[in-house]
Amino acid sequence: MANTSSPAPVPLSGPSPWRGRLFGLGTSLLSLMLTLLGLLTMTFIIARVVPIDPILSIVGERATPAQIETARQHFGLDRPWYVQYGIYLWDALQGDLGVSIRTREPVLQEVARYFPATLELATLGTLFGVLAGVPAGVLAATRPGSFADQIVRIVGLVGYSMPVFWLGLLGLLVFYGQLDWVAGPGRLDASYQMLLEFQMTQYTGIILIDAALNGAWDMFRNAISHIILPSALLGYVSMAYISRMTRSFMMNELGQEYITTARVKGMPEWRVIWVHAMRNVMVPLITVIALSYAYLLEGAVLTETIFAWPGLGRYITDALFANDMPAVLGGTVVVGLAFVTLNMISDILYRLVDPRARA
Amino acid sequence: MILTRGIGRSAALAILMAGAAPAALFAETPADTLVIADAIDDIVSIDPHEAFEFSGLDLNNNLYDTLVELDPTKPGELIPGLAESWSVSEDGLTFSFKIKSGITFASGNPLTAEDAAYSLKRVIKLDKTPAFILAQFGFTKDNVDEKITFDGDTVSFTTDKVYAPSFVYNCLTAGVANIVDMKTVEEHAVDGDMGNEWLKSNSAGTGAYVLKSFKPNEGYILEARPGYWRGDAKIKNIFMQHIPEGATERLLLEKGDIDIARKLTPTDVEGLSGNADVTITSDVGGQIYYLAMNQKVEALANPDVLDAMRYAVDYTGMADTILKGQWGVHQAFLPKGFLGALDDTPFTLDLAKAKELLEKSGVPLPLKVSITVRNTQDRMDIAQSIQNTFGQIGIELTLDVGDGKQVLEKYRARQHEITLQTWGPDYPDPHTNASTFAQNPDNSDEAKATGYLAWRTAWDPGELGAMTEAAVVEPDSAKRAEMYKEIQEKHRQDSAFVLMFQEMKETGLRTNVKDFYTGGAVDSASYWLVTK
Repeated sequence: MANTSSPAPVPLSGPSPWRGRLFGLGTSLLSLMLTLLGLLTMTFIIARVVPIDPILSIVGERATPAQIETARQHFGLDRPWYVQYGIYLWDALQGDLGVSIRTREPVLQEVARYFPATLELATLGTLFGVLAGVPAGVLAATRPGSFADQIVRIVGLVGYSMPVFWLGLLGLLVFYGQLDWVAGPGRLDASYQMLLEFQMTQYTGIILIDAALNGAWDMFRNAISHIILPSALLGYVSMAYISRMTRSFMMNELGQEYITTARVKGMPEWRVIWVHAMRNVMVPLITVIALSYAYLLEGAVLTETIFAWPGLGRYITDALFANDMPAVLGGTVVVGLAFVTLNMISDILYRLVDPRARA
Repeated sequence: MILTRGIGRSAALAILMAGAAPAALFAETPADTLVIADAIDDIVSIDPHEAFEFSGLDLNNNLYDTLVELDPTKPGELIPGLAESWSVSEDGLTFSFKIKSGITFASGNPLTAEDAAYSLKRVIKLDKTPAFILAQFGFTKDNVDEKITFDGDTVSFTTDKVYAPSFVYNCLTAGVANIVDMKTVEEHAVDGDMGNEWLKSNSAGTGAYVLKSFKPNEGYILEARPGYWRGDAKIKNIFMQHIPEGATERLLLEKGDIDIARKLTPTDVEGLSGNADVTITSDVGGQIYYLAMNQKVEALANPDVLDAMRYAVDYTGMADTILKGQWGVHQAFLPKGFLGALDDTPFTLDLAKAKELLEKSGVPLPLKVSITVRNTQDRMDIAQSIQNTFGQIGIELTLDVGDGKQVLEKYRARQHEITLQTWGPDYPDPHTNASTFAQNPDNSDEAKATGYLAWRTAWDPGELGAMTEAAVVEPDSAKRAEMYKEIQEKHRQDSAFVLMFQEMKETGLRTNVKDFYTGGAVDSASYWLVTK
């Protein structure tokens, strides 16, 4: 009897898509771990090469040698560097970033308190930057050399070149000091701050979200009136970068043949720009926006100082001035993690907007 | 279309935000809350027996009390604190304090002599940086249980030798001598730390306020407790915000969003002049600016060279310009406000006289020396002014610039030639500065007596050392004050130091804020008397 059954299908070529994806995921994770290891090692080395004795800043100028030695032992600084490095790595991998020399609080606990303030500010700032920067860049690209292009260029130039502390002070002076349009420095008025402290559940540390979740809309409005100026300022600086890059990407795309084809076919201009060209512009633009966001997350130190904003940038800077290296290292590691995370999100977004990246 | 809608939404959001704002914008500080802006990032710990920084001492001054106190309205004047009376034994070694009755801690526990004894012993046993203020009376971890005792309502301690009673009492007004609630603190002790960790975010005192919240580098909130033994605080809540930027503080003060601004720069103060809603008060602080000349450098050990330098500093020029409002001319090692402080300023810029003295000294001119200076703006400004005026009399100064640690290490290792430094008193008694500026028991390198500024600059104070020893045991306060005046007089004429400036504190207050006391050079800020 002849065998009439079909032969088993033979794969045409290469591994299955799932294997490919798993391989990709494994590579990403390995890359992430190596990046983290490099980050931890670099921060450790930097902490050891800087000519700073953190103990002196804790015990003060008048401390006796015995008090200095006790403090040194307490913080493990009397051990060989490789032992300190081993302990540092082991603790960091378990989520323990050490104890702040200045405040004696766990660094992770402090970072967790400061980071939401920065996250709130940077997110809103990036939102402003994207909402204003992308349309401005498109406008400038579609009318090169026009009055609108010149305006976008000048506005961008000011955002690039003006010192942010000067813009911040000027903004405070005008919008808070003179016009009364916004509230002053800090995240809340004193009365709301006390209300938040003692009578509300703080779910996230992001005041806008916590106030909303608590149904405290007065507080929400107060928080908005405080955050709007610093976030608009950061958004302006971010916008300057995003608009210039959008203009450049868009002009490049508008010169492509497929754009000419679309126009010849009679497609409406808005569709040519916002659907066809923008789809390709989005790929590099995602990187630009992610970088801009990461820059703001890293901590807009001067903005946070001027606006008395208890964020991560101010935390790291204050720690640096106080020779508090565990706090500096902890903050730096968190910033590094934020960069890595944004990088991964960018990768995912690439795959969503660019079919070629999905292969 | 998508863009149009997006812009429309953004605009709507912006309008919504702008419209939402006014509801909160004109809220002045709450009537029952005093809102203060200051830079409080110097705080290392708020455990009263560990705190040794200005901001921490300010905070603790309102949470705790000491056996004897300084009158906040008359800085430097001793008044009863938690002790209603005190006495010294005939041999001058044992000090006894009778505790007031009816005082309670914030926990409700009654204050006892045992609490007082426990607190003083805790200072020695914890052995944190400020412990030396009490340890200098001969207390050690080994003997403190015998040296400090209580009986009924009286706490007593015995010193290792006779000291001036005023010296002992002044040291007992320091923050490190605050009395804590023994029961509460011990309930929170972990691994024998005597509640040290717990007291870094809580309070356990008899003070006018209770700590409700403390966030390092962000601020703190205090709440008044009824029944405070000195009378209830006038304002229910204290809200301290960490705002290190002077210009930001100024804006907030102008708008009425804070009641007190404590980190205003001279520019901010000038900008606020003429504002009817704001009052500026000026007070002295305890820091002293000085030059120290290393006596191991032969030319700098020449008395005529040192005298020439005293007349080659532009004291008033600097105080009126680069240091305006921050530092005032002061030419003695005791800050104004201290027992026996000198207030006169015998030295002025007199380049002709300085040149004459330098020529008389016989040192080869131009004299080339370096000045070690920390890389901060005010110090660089001062160093450059001195470089300029010294240059005019034949001293070529080279600036040797470093960060705080480098400069301090060089000074402590006696490797500087001239150094520009500041010094602040550790406790409110003249001995704190006299002992470091005018005492140096062993001037050899081997002694490594870095606690003495005189040793750091290799200067032997000669008879001043003995005079300082005598002053610290003189029982008569008036006579003691005279002794310190004499020591300072000789010190500023003949020492290896040029004393130049004393710190000043300018505070901005809303005009409705009254009775805020900074504590001047000897004490810390008092909030409980403030009204608004």
